[in-house]
Amino acid sequence: MSSLVKCPHCGLRPREEFTIRGEVPTPRPAAGADESVWFDHVYLRDNPRGQHREYWHHSGGCRRWLVLDRNTVTHETGDVVDASTLKSEGRA
Amino acid sequence: MTSFRIDGGTLIDRDDVREFTFNGERLRGFGGDTVASALLANGRQLVGRSFKYHRPRGILTAGAAEPNALLTIGRDGRRDPNTRATMAELFDGLEARSQNCWPNVDFDIGAMNGLLGPLLGAGFYYKTFMWPAAFWEKVYEPLIRKAAGLGRASYDPDPGSYEKCWAHCDVLVIGAGPAGLAAALTAGRAGARVIIADEGAQLGGGMLAEGGMIGNKPADAVLADMVGELHALPNVEVKKRTTVFGAYDDQVFAAVEQVQKHLSDAAINPDRAMERLWRIVAKQVILATGAEERPIVFGGNDRPGVMTAGAMRTYLNAFGVAPGKQVALFANNNQAYQTAMDLEARGIEVAAIIDPRKCPDIDYGGKARLIAGAMVRDTAGRKAIKSIAVRHDDGRDEMIAVDALAVSGGYSPIVHLACHRGARPVWSDEHVGFMPPENCDGMVPAGAVAGKAGIASCFVAGATAAVSVLNALGLNAAPAGLPDTQTADDIAQGTVAIWSVPSSKGKAFVDYQNDVTAGDINLAMREGYDHVELAKRYTTNGMATDQGKTSNVNAIGILAQNKGVSPGAIGTTTFRPFYTPVSFGALVGASKGFEFQPVRKSPLHGWAERNGAKFVETGLWYRSSWFPKDGETFWRDSVDREVMNVRENVGICDVSTLGKIEIFGADAAEFLNRVYCNAFLKLPVGKARYGIMLREDGLVYDDGTTSCLAENHYFMTTTTALAAGVLTHLEFCAQVLWPDLDVRLASATDQWAQMAIAGPRARDVLAKIIDDDISNDAFPFLAARDVSMFGGRLTGRLFRISFSGELAYEIAVPAGYGESVADAIMVAGKEFDIAPYGTEALGVMRIEKGHVTHAEINGTVTPADLGMGRMVSAKKDDFIGRVMNMREGLVDPMRPALVGIKPKSLADKFATGSHILKIGDEVSLANDQGYVTSMCYSPNLGHAIGLALVKGGPERYGEEVVIWNGLAGTSITGILCNPAFVDPENEKLHA
Repeated sequence: MSSLVKCPHCGLRPREEFTIRGEVPTPRPAAGADESVWFDHVYLRDNPRGQHREYWHHSGGCRRWLVLDRNTVTHETGDVVDASTLKSEGRA
Repeated sequence: MTSFRIDGGTLIDRDDVREFTFNGERLRGFGGDTVASALLANGRQLVGRSFKYHRPRGILTAGAAEPNALLTIGRDGRRDPNTRATMAELFDGLEARSQNCWPNVDFDIGAMNGLLGPLLGAGFYYKTFMWPAAFWEKVYEPLIRKAAGLGRASYDPDPGSYEKCWAHCDVLVIGAGPAGLAAALTAGRAGARVIIADEGAQLGGGMLAEGGMIGNKPADAVLADMVGELHALPNVEVKKRTTVFGAYDDQVFAAVEQVQKHLSDAAINPDRAMERLWRIVAKQVILATGAEERPIVFGGNDRPGVMTAGAMRTYLNAFGVAPGKQVALFANNNQAYQTAMDLEARGIEVAAIIDPRKCPDIDYGGKARLIAGAMVRDTAGRKAIKSIAVRHDDGRDEMIAVDALAVSGGYSPIVHLACHRGARPVWSDEHVGFMPPENCDGMVPAGAVAGKAGIASCFVAGATAAVSVLNALGLNAAPAGLPDTQTADDIAQGTVAIWSVPSSKGKAFVDYQNDVTAGDINLAMREGYDHVELAKRYTTNGMATDQGKTSNVNAIGILAQNKGVSPGAIGTTTFRPFYTPVSFGALVGASKGFEFQPVRKSPLHGWAERNGAKFVETGLWYRSSWFPKDGETFWRDSVDREVMNVRENVGICDVSTLGKIEIFGADAAEFLNRVYCNAFLKLPVGKARYGIMLREDGLVYDDGTTSCLAENHYFMTTTTALAAGVLTHLEFCAQVLWPDLDVRLASATDQWAQMAIAGPRARDVLAKIIDDDISNDAFPFLAARDVSMFGGRLTGRLFRISFSGELAYEIAVPAGYGESVADAIMVAGKEFDIAPYGTEALGVMRIEKGHVTHAEINGTVTPADLGMGRMVSAKKDDFIGRVMNMREGLVDPMRPALVGIKPKSLADKFATGSHILKIGDEVSLANDQGYVTSMCYSPNLGHAIGLALVKGGPERYGEEVVIWNGLAGTSITGILCNPAFVDPENEKLHA
């Protein structure tokens, strides 16, 4: 697990300032979507060996929700972006 | 006892005499001594007993790897068990005690275990104590715990304080031996921000043991110059007594600094920390941790007086301590010969140099007799070494009288930090050791850790490494101009591996601290535990507090030798933090006692205290639970009175701990409409509404009220427990799910003091302090708006909402005004017999009214289960939990649903958690009808009442059931009923 996380708003901060929600699931379906699509969104989570895309909350800092790409093997973290950007890309 | 202190000793100050006790005996040492050097100077070779066989043990090393000389140091709360005597600095008044011996270290009954050796071999726990199973807890374990063990922790609290800090630097240099010093000087002169950390009391590492000249200057003068320059550089931070014990992701290192642990009681400043835990963030790292000298595995190699050659040299040169009067050296490499040279230079007789190499490639100029191709196979002496048995190349045995033996089996680079993140070290035949991994996770190894020997080559290696990391930082740098080292000896090691002496007589120890012998490792192999990780666990080799610093490589070598492969093919076990033991004090830091966690006090805490409140801890909060009056001896006396007073007159209750969230924005109403399952879009200004929040899986998350205070401004309350959780949830919804909505959130929990005024006279009380008209017409049920108070001197927020079921208001004022307002309400309410009530009375009244809390909202219920199914909007397109709430299983009419429950015989009692069964049914999971979620004694009704989740719920009002308490073994008959025991028509609310 990374010791430091690069918050796009606050810069490099200790990971103790953050709270992890878990994997970014499939996008939240439209209200009328099929029940199976909803099941996937609510319950389906992966537990990969390798790249993992997660929601992190800067709960002890700017209180923004972030999306973090983390490698569960090497612990390397890629770009960290504000989670609000996912919606416009249809990923939230 | 004769003194072994001789001339010299670069680290000690002979003018600074320090007294200490060892097992109660008064001894003297000097400032600069370690406990180990002071004991040796006083002729104390025997310092402790071994873990399993209680064998006499002495001092093996002069540093962090010490496996034998573990002492309990200090007294009372300052008592530290298992302290390495080789690292503990001597202070005046220090008390040291031997461990694991009874009645004393000289005569120890447990030494009989040595005779039981054949029974106590590898895996003996598994074999000997297999059966009978009942014996384990009562017989075996207490025996083993008594016989084997280390020091005992103190029962007294540690009076010292501890702290934690972060540090940041361009270049972190770990280790301040010649390589580390050269690196830090190079980086420091180039202007980089440097931290150099070393576990020792003085910088210098291997240079401290150097007795001779470096170039044309004495070694200690060269060292003093370098250290002086480092201290003078403003961009260099020197951390002595600081062990970097762990390497973590992103170049973050953990280190523990001894701030005052080495000081006498009188010298300790109570305002300073004893130890400091550092987390160091470094852009570049130079690993200059050096190498550990390995002992050799031969019969009797644990006898006091046996010491590594480098340690002997350190005691001689740095502390002015002679190891004995007649010393032998047993070594398989050239570097160790330096010890013999230095001994002879100080006039100490070197009886023999035993070298297993047949033709050592060295020109030893001293007087000592060199026995090539020979090995030490045994030692003799009861509590200290008296002689060694040497097996010559031709098979002949010879006894040589000695009172100390230096051993050197080669050097193991200290690669731990380079391997903490999972990389494996690499075996090198050339160096006969495991070298740092090729990609050191961004660390640059320099000096002995990279296989260099001798001060000159370490200087060069450190300076070169620094240049490479400075270039990586974009700084131009040249290697620091360093002392002329041309005349310093740069000894090639020429090590020839020798993993154990084959002709050994008696026990040949590999792991001194855990009493693991070469025989144990051979036995583990014969029994199939030949994988390095299995052999470790089967024999416990390397599992002691020293983590096998002196033993692991020898154990790997023995495994490799027996299997006929290279040690590289065996590999190492996993390196994990911590490098050396770290005190709990340092890890805990300031988080202990009162500072263990924050205390949250309501803004009305002082008011509650003045009114005699009994407090209860709920999470971090202290909440007033009841307010006993004179003569009330039992909590329920107070609670029953408080409840009746609210129902008949009026009460005041602190509800400030409820979560409060301010919500702003043009889309705030739309946002609320999406996070609550009921409608919020058309909540008018000046109105409050009860809302239920679902989770996305359709189950209830939290409930509370939200009021519209102005256009685009809402004020939400949450339950106390989920105040933080709800804010986090709302932030997720606003930022991630609907970033297009214009909505802003801010926690205001701590900004407002909020109190409930409940009871038939509530309006009469508040009318005396509120300027605005709060009649039923002007301020009806669910009204919510700012009001003027005390003749316009204060503005508060008034909400007509009720948890108790009475005519009730909640008034919120800025936190700082809370106590004054509460006091004013008490004065205003005196004529109406107002009395404060606590959370217990609140709980009774909400059960009487059938209101739910998290006892019912327990993560398994839907709004329909709670009798609020009609609140779930059928009109809204979308809200959190809408789709999953309609799942087949969640709309099943036979789901457990909320009911009231009361005993048929009104004198009966029942407990929360009791299960509900049909009359006559057998007690079984299949017959289970539900369970009691809340219960209390209702002073209004005069009997016990409860809430329950029961299959079919409201359909079964009036049914007689069994209330079964499996824990107490009791069951009574109960009757299911409407959960609103009091005022089911809500007449009081609207009064």
